[in-house]
Amino acid sequence: MITQNETAVKNSQWFTACKVEDVVENGGVCVKYGNKQIALFYFTRRNEWYATQNECPHKKQMALSRGMIGTKNEEPKVACPFHKKTFSLVTGQCLSGDECSLKTYPVKVENGFVYIDVSQ
Amino acid sequence: MRIVVVGNGMVGYKFCEKLVGKNLPDLQITVFGEEQYPAYDRVHLSEFFSGKKADDLSLASRSWYQEKGIELHLGDPVQYIKPSVKLLHTFKGYIKHYDILILATGSSAFVPKIEGIEKDGVFLYRTIEDLHLIQSYAPKANKGTVIGGGLLGLEAAKALLDLGISNTHVIEFAPRLMPRQLDEVGSEMLMTTLAQLGLTIHTNTNTSRITGDDCITGLEFADGSSIETDILVVSAGIRPRGELAIDCGLETGMNGGIVVNSRMQTSDTSIYAIGECALYNEMIYGLVAPGYDMAEVVVSEICRMFDASAATKLFTGFDMSTKLKLVGTDVASFGDPFANGKNISNIVLKDTVKGVYKRINVSADGKYLLGGVLVGDASQYNMLLQTCRNKILLPPHPEDLVLPAREAQKEEGAGVQALPGDALICSCEGVSKDIICQSVTEHGCETVDAIKKCTKAGTGCGGCLPMVKDLMVYTMKQQGKYIRNVLCEHFNYSRQELFDLIKLHELKTYDAVLDQLGKGDGCEVCKPSVSSLLASLWNEMVLKKGNDTAQDSNDRFLANIQRGGTYSVVPRIPGGEITPEKLIVIGQVAQKYGLYTKITGGQRIDLFGAHVSDLPLIWSELTAAGFESGHAYGKALRTVKSCVGSTWCRFGLQDSVSFAIRVEERYRGVRAPHKIKSAVSGCIRECAEAQSKDFGIIATEKGWNLYVCGNGGSKPQHALLLATDLDDETCLRYIDRFLMFYIRTADPLTRTATWLNKMEGGIDYLRNVVVNDSLGMAAQWEQEMQALVDAYQCEWKTAIETPEIRKRFAHFINAPQEKDPTVQFETLRAQKKAANWK
Repeated sequence: MITQNETAVKNSQWFTACKVEDVVENGGVCVKYGNKQIALFYFTRRNEWYATQNECPHKKQMALSRGMIGTKNEEPKVACPFHKKTFSLVTGQCLSGDECSLKTYPVKVENGFVYIDVSQ
Repeated sequence: MRIVVVGNGMVGYKFCEKLVGKNLPDLQITVFGEEQYPAYDRVHLSEFFSGKKADDLSLASRSWYQEKGIELHLGDPVQYIKPSVKLLHTFKGYIKHYDILILATGSSAFVPKIEGIEKDGVFLYRTIEDLHLIQSYAPKANKGTVIGGGLLGLEAAKALLDLGISNTHVIEFAPRLMPRQLDEVGSEMLMTTLAQLGLTIHTNTNTSRITGDDCITGLEFADGSSIETDILVVSAGIRPRGELAIDCGLETGMNGGIVVNSRMQTSDTSIYAIGECALYNEMIYGLVAPGYDMAEVVVSEICRMFDASAATKLFTGFDMSTKLKLVGTDVASFGDPFANGKNISNIVLKDTVKGVYKRINVSADGKYLLGGVLVGDASQYNMLLQTCRNKILLPPHPEDLVLPAREAQKEEGAGVQALPGDALICSCEGVSKDIICQSVTEHGCETVDAIKKCTKAGTGCGGCLPMVKDLMVYTMKQQGKYIRNVLCEHFNYSRQELFDLIKLHELKTYDAVLDQLGKGDGCEVCKPSVSSLLASLWNEMVLKKGNDTAQDSNDRFLANIQRGGTYSVVPRIPGGEITPEKLIVIGQVAQKYGLYTKITGGQRIDLFGAHVSDLPLIWSELTAAGFESGHAYGKALRTVKSCVGSTWCRFGLQDSVSFAIRVEERYRGVRAPHKIKSAVSGCIRECAEAQSKDFGIIATEKGWNLYVCGNGGSKPQHALLLATDLDDETCLRYIDRFLMFYIRTADPLTRTATWLNKMEGGIDYLRNVVVNDSLGMAAQWEQEMQALVDAYQCEWKTAIETPEIRKRFAHFINAPQEKDPTVQFETLRAQKKAANWK
C-alpha cells in the first residue's frame, strides 16, 4: 500500500474516489468530488499515485486528467493536452516557466480502493 | 554602504537584481515602492485581460527580496528628500539615511486637459490598479474609446476588445498611428489590419470635450463631429515622475525629467536617476531595454566605489529599435525609420493582400542599411537590426533582405556567421554574439535552455531565441560536433535510430521500448514519438492496453480536443465522394448530439462539440452507416482530395475520383512522423490543388504525374515533380517507397516539405532513391507498406466493440454518466461555438 503523505493523517478527510482497476495505468482519470474536479494519476511504472486539480491554470481548461504523465530529471509531471504546459505532480509547480501552479491532494490506496484527502 | 532605491518598477527591480548579482560586501539595500505590488512586467500589461493574474506579471516575489536581504516597503511613497543631510521621509513615517540614492520613479500617464475628463468611466492605462478599475467598469459598457494611437494606446484598445467591448474606437491626434515608429504607409497598413479586427481608427482627430452628466456618454471633436462611448481610456503619452527631484532642488528638464550625465548622476553626486524619469541628452527613453542599460551603468559605478579598477560603463544613448506584436500583428522599426532625402534610397515592399509593408533605408552608395519599418511580417527584424547596427556591407541586391526567401536561399541559419563578434543579439539583456558563442565553446552549453541560464540571453522578450539557436548550431558545427537530434532526456537516440532499434528488437509497447532502449519514466515528447514509431512499424490498434496512455491526447481519445475540452469528429469520406444517404446520416447524428458542422479544406465534414462520453455513441451510429475513422486526430494520412475528373468534367483526362479513393483506401491509418495530405487532379487545370500536398497526382494523357513534398500551412511550398506518365500500379509503388523512406528517416513532427529541404541533394537524390532504387531498398519498402495496408483496421470500430477501451470514454471515473458541467457553448449563426478562453 502506498500513501503519499503519511504526516497528514491526523486531520485528513479521505474521500473514496474509485477502485484501483478503474484508473488507467501510467495515466489519469477525473474524479468528481461535489462541484470539484480532481485529476487522479496512477504512475504505474513508479508505483506512485498523485492527485491535482483537474483545471489547467493556463487557459482554465478541465483537461489535466487527460494529459500525458512522465518525468523531468526524476520529478513526476503531467503535460496539459492543450498547450503542453507541464506541472510537477509532487509540488504542483509549473515546470514550463509560467508563474502558476496546481493544487495537489494526498492519495492513499487501501483494500483496492483509492482515497483522496480533501481536507485542505 | 546604504543604498536606497525609490521606485519599484521594472528598471528599479532590474537594478536590484544586477546589484545583488555582484555580491558586494556590506550593502544595505532598501526599496520604496508606491504601488501595492512588487515590480511587475508592464510591457505585457494587456495580457492581464487575456487571463493573466497580477502574480503572472510579477518579476520577482516578495520572498525574493527577503532572500537577497533587500528591505522592501510597498505602498509607501517617499514624501521628500533632504540631499544636504542625505535622508528621506516616507508617507508612513520612515526616515531613512542613504549613502547612494537611486531615483527610479518612472513616469506617469500624461492627462490632457480636456473638458469633462473627471467624469466616471474615464480611465488611465498605466498600472495594475488602472486595469482593475477598467475591468470592473467594462461590463456596463457596449462602446469603448481610447485616446492615443501610440504603442500603449493600441495595447489599451486590445484590452477593451479582450473585455468583450467589440465596438472600440481609437482617437489619435497625429496624422498616423504610432507616430514615433511608423511612417504614413506603415500606419495605413496597420490601420487596415486593425479595422479587420473590429477597431475603428480616427487619425488627425482632436478631442475637445467629454460629454455626459456624471458618467461619460460621448466625445466631441474639434471639427464638430462626435461619437458615443460608454468608457474612455486615455493613453496620450507619458510624463517623467520628477516631483521629488524638483522639490529637493535637483536639476530637471522638460516635463520634469531628471537631468543626468553619462554615469546617470544627477546634479547631486550621491543621487542617480535611471529609467523613464531620467533625462539624458534632452531625451527620455520610454523603453525597457535602455532602462536596463542605465541600471547596469549605476551598478558599475557602485562597483567602482569598492574596487577602483573595475570597468567603467557609460550610458551613451540607446537605439530605440523595437519589435512587438500588436493585436496579433507584427510591428517593428529600427535604426532611423524615416531616413529620407537626396542621399538616401528607400526600398519599399507593400502587399495589401497579406497586409505586409516593409521599408528599408539604404545609404546613397548602396553599402549600408540606415533603418526601416516592418508591418505585418517582422520575421527579418533581427537580421536587419544587426546589419544596421554593425554597419555590415549590404549584398549587391539589398531588396533580397525584405523579399520573402526564395527557393534557392532557404539554407537554415545562413547569415549568423556574417555577424561581427560584438553584434548585440539580445538587446533586453545586452548579450553579444561572442558571449553566446563562448557559452557553447567554454561553458559547454549545448541547448538553448542552457544558454539562457548561462548568459540570460532570450530571457526578456524572447525575440532573439531563433538567432540564439542558429548561433548555437553554427558554433557546435564549427567545433566539429555532430549535432544529434536526440529525442529527449529519456532516449539518447534520434527518431531514425529508434526506428531501426525498435524493429530489430521487435518491441511492441512503449514501456518495452523505454525499458530496453531508454531510461527514466518517459515524458510528453518521447511518448507520442515512440507510439508513432510503433504504429508505423506494426500498425497495431493504438489503444491496445499498455499503449493507450503513451499516445498523444488526440490519439488517446481518437478525436481532436477543441477549446473547452469537447472533441471534434471527422468520418473518412474517401476522395470527397459521398452518397446522399450517408450525408443524411451525418446530418442526423449532428442533430441528435448537438454538433456544429463544417466542411473541411480536405473535402470532409467536421462535427464539433462532442462530449467525450458521447464519442462512442456517435461512432456506433456512424460505423453502422458504413463510415470509418478519418484519422483527423493522428499523425497519419488525412485526406486524398479530388476533382470530379473524366466521369463528368468535359476537360478531364483520367478518372481522378476513382484513383483518389483507391489511394486513400490504401494508405488510410498509416502513421507517420507528421500528418500526410494528398490529392488527385483529373487534368493540368489542377482543381484538386495536388501540388500543395505531401504527394499529389495530376492526370496526363498517358497516365499520372507524381509530385512530392508540397505544403500549405505557414510556409507554403509547391510540390516537386518526381516522375511522369505513370500507370496506376507504378504510381502506387513509387508512393509506397516515398512514404516508407519518409517514415523511416524524418525527425518527429517534420512534414515532407521540411524533410526534403533538409535532405542533401534534394529532389534529385530523392528521385534516385525512389525511382532508380539507388539504395536498393525499394522491394523491402514496398513489402513493409503492404504489411501496413494488410494490418489496417478502423480504430473506432475496434474501440466501440472492446468494452475495456470503450469504458475510457467518460469524463468522471466515479460518475460515468455525467458530462463535464464546466463545458460552455455560445450561439453563432444558428449553430454553437465553444466559449472563449477565460
